Amino acid sequence: MSTAGELLEVSLGPQHPSTHGVFRMNAVLDGETIVKLKPVMGYLHRNHEQIGEGITYIGSFPFTDRLDYFSAMSNNFGLAIAIEKLGGITASERGEYLRIIMAELTRLVNHTAVTGFLLNDMGAFGTPLLYAFREREKILDLFEAASGSRMMCNYVRPGGVRQDVPEDWLKQAKEIVDHYPHFLDEFEKLLTENEIIRQRAQNVGVLSKELAVNASITGPMLRASGVDYDIRKVDGYSLYPRFSFRVPLGSVGDVYDRYYIRILEMRQSVKILQQALKDIPEGPAISPKGAAMGKAPRTFRPAKNEAYGRIEAPKGELGFYLVSDGSPQPYRYHVRAPSFVNLTVLEDLCIGHKVADAIIILGSIDIVLGEVDR
Amino acid sequence: MLPLEELKSVIQELLPGVPLDLEAGSLLVSSKDLITVCRCLKNTERFSLDYLANLTVVDYPPERMEVIYHFYSMLKKHGPVALKVKVEREKPSVPSVTPLWRGAEFQEREAYDLFGVVFEGHPDLRRILMWEGFKGHPMRKDYIVEDQDAVETLSP
Amino acid sequence: MAFIGAGVLRGMGVTFRTFLETYPWGRVLLRGLRQPAVEGLVTIEYPDVKQKHAERFRYFPFLVYDGTPDNLRCVSCKICEQECPPQCIYITGPAKDEQGRPQKANGRTFPVEFKIDVSICMSCRICVDVCPFDAIEMDNQYELSSSERFGSLILNKQELLKPNEYFQRIKPTEASEVDARLAAKRPKPQPVFPPKAP
Repeated sequence: MSTAGELLEVSLGPQHPSTHGVFRMNAVLDGETIVKLKPVMGYLHRNHEQIGEGITYIGSFPFTDRLDYFSAMSNNFGLAIAIEKLGGITASERGEYLRIIMAELTRLVNHTAVTGFLLNDMGAFGTPLLYAFREREKILDLFEAASGSRMMCNYVRPGGVRQDVPEDWLKQAKEIVDHYPHFLDEFEKLLTENEIIRQRAQNVGVLSKELAVNASITGPMLRASGVDYDIRKVDGYSLYPRFSFRVPLGSVGDVYDRYYIRILEMRQSVKILQQALKDIPEGPAISPKGAAMGKAPRTFRPAKNEAYGRIEAPKGELGFYLVSDGSPQPYRYHVRAPSFVNLTVLEDLCIGHKVADAIIILGSIDIVLGEVDR
Repeated sequence: MLPLEELKSVIQELLPGVPLDLEAGSLLVSSKDLITVCRCLKNTERFSLDYLANLTVVDYPPERMEVIYHFYSMLKKHGPVALKVKVEREKPSVPSVTPLWRGAEFQEREAYDLFGVVFEGHPDLRRILMWEGFKGHPMRKDYIVEDQDAVETLSP
Repeated sequence: MAFIGAGVLRGMGVTFRTFLETYPWGRVLLRGLRQPAVEGLVTIEYPDVKQKHAERFRYFPFLVYDGTPDNLRCVSCKICEQECPPQCIYITGPAKDEQGRPQKANGRTFPVEFKIDVSICMSCRICVDVCPFDAIEMDNQYELSSSERFGSLILNKQELLKPNEYFQRIKPTEASEVDARLAAKRPKPQPVFPPKAP
């Protein structure tokens, strides 16, 4: 380990399986230790915001599916919350329940998949990822039965959901949700106690509490650093205050905590889902105002106003900032993407670690390039 | 969190001589006072706005742009406080808040990239989504997409 | 268990059990050991075996007609063309005669040409939601690969037209809802025809 050695510049990505898409890390290495790392993004940039300014509010929904394509339902939910704020629309009660069920199922899908990918990055090729995908597929089948599409759901609308769920759907969902803790037990047996994972992940990429708050980190990554901030609790949007659940917190803020916090969050999501599936009332799935808006998008012309709506998406705070000028199209449509902002600290986390650690640190941040680049 | 009217009067007590305005649910400050107000919002125990959630720009041609900040407090769990800065559209420039909130780093780069607002004092103000050497700022209202032909040849 | 490697071994146990679950004899063995054993094989061999899709599964839109293809429900109002988020619908029409008056078939105007560029379509179903005449619906045919980029991926009116019976076959629940809605909308009761033999 000599510092006199020559520094080597390595470009990790953009075409590299470990970068979860087309993402590049320009790393400067001293031996195998990272001394500098600059993320380069934008390869998937399609100016989602400008597209959103050219179409109606409803027209943006299918595009939000493609932001974070692992959690389409949550993205729809975020935009719906922002539009409801802007236009003063209230949602029907059954609609709210269905949205919460969908959002929490999405959280299960996302956290399961990202845990699998993280393990893939660590070198456990295939096995944990396929175990994760096996379970994820069951939930995606539920999404298909309700919305018609596995991933690009385009289902949640301002005022509720587009269509009520089909018959027996709630029963099927209940079965899958009730089975989920067994899967999590199995998954944990496979991974949590595994010494190799502990060696690889513990005390790697430690994110301090102060830096996490200062760098606007949100979601599981923030809570892994021990900051108690969950928008479901803080804002209490939708009907979340009705459900009892806890916010798991990490203590160290390393990669291992970020892995484990996701497992714990899934257990809490299962708890919310069980309550929601039990209590869901009968009634219309969408409020009349929302239904009218879905049927004729151009009739929705909110008065000159602006709104910032945010939800706790699986990756963190997903915010939509809308400015209306009285026309059917938003004057300004901005997406505050959680994985984009969470990448701010990538360099801080990687410095001083080995190249192989940079890969798992990136994996533990949980980015989806559709959302980073927008 | 305090209602906006009260918030304004409290800040004015703390920072005499700083002109503040209210507009559509947000505080309006001038760009030269931005850092003073931000430091006050962040460090005053009563506000503790330690979390910059959202930073973005709205373009109002022909003469002005607005930079808008949404602050929350992770410590006290309140918010949001929206802060607006109006800048000239010809040469838009505001002081960077990255030294106060690291979370602004990428969001300011994005605003610079897509709108051309220069954030003075930003440690590394480069394009982030578009490639280096790209001309223009695509989110501006008067930006014209050059290659319209690709769309036209498709339509039968 | 407290020795180093115990966690790895336990994990190996899980993978070994899943390995056994993928074989019929393995499941018998597991049941013999009083272990829960479900079918462990979750993949299918695609072109030979096809996945079952939910009834609501949607792919690209098609146009519905009642009875004969000239009796299509579309009146060429162009709402879907206007609302389509990726702008992939192109409608020419409504059809006009030489004097410029709109032509009518079965009491309705109709489009001269109706094209959907399915290489752009993103299957969002907004055209179905906004259609006031229930004229456009989502198909569930997904095997539409083509060796060329343009041309065969732009579906024209002939390729898009499908009978209402087809809609009833692929999506019975939704089709019956639509039929009920259309029946309620009809201005006066139509003479009842005897039901056709299937």
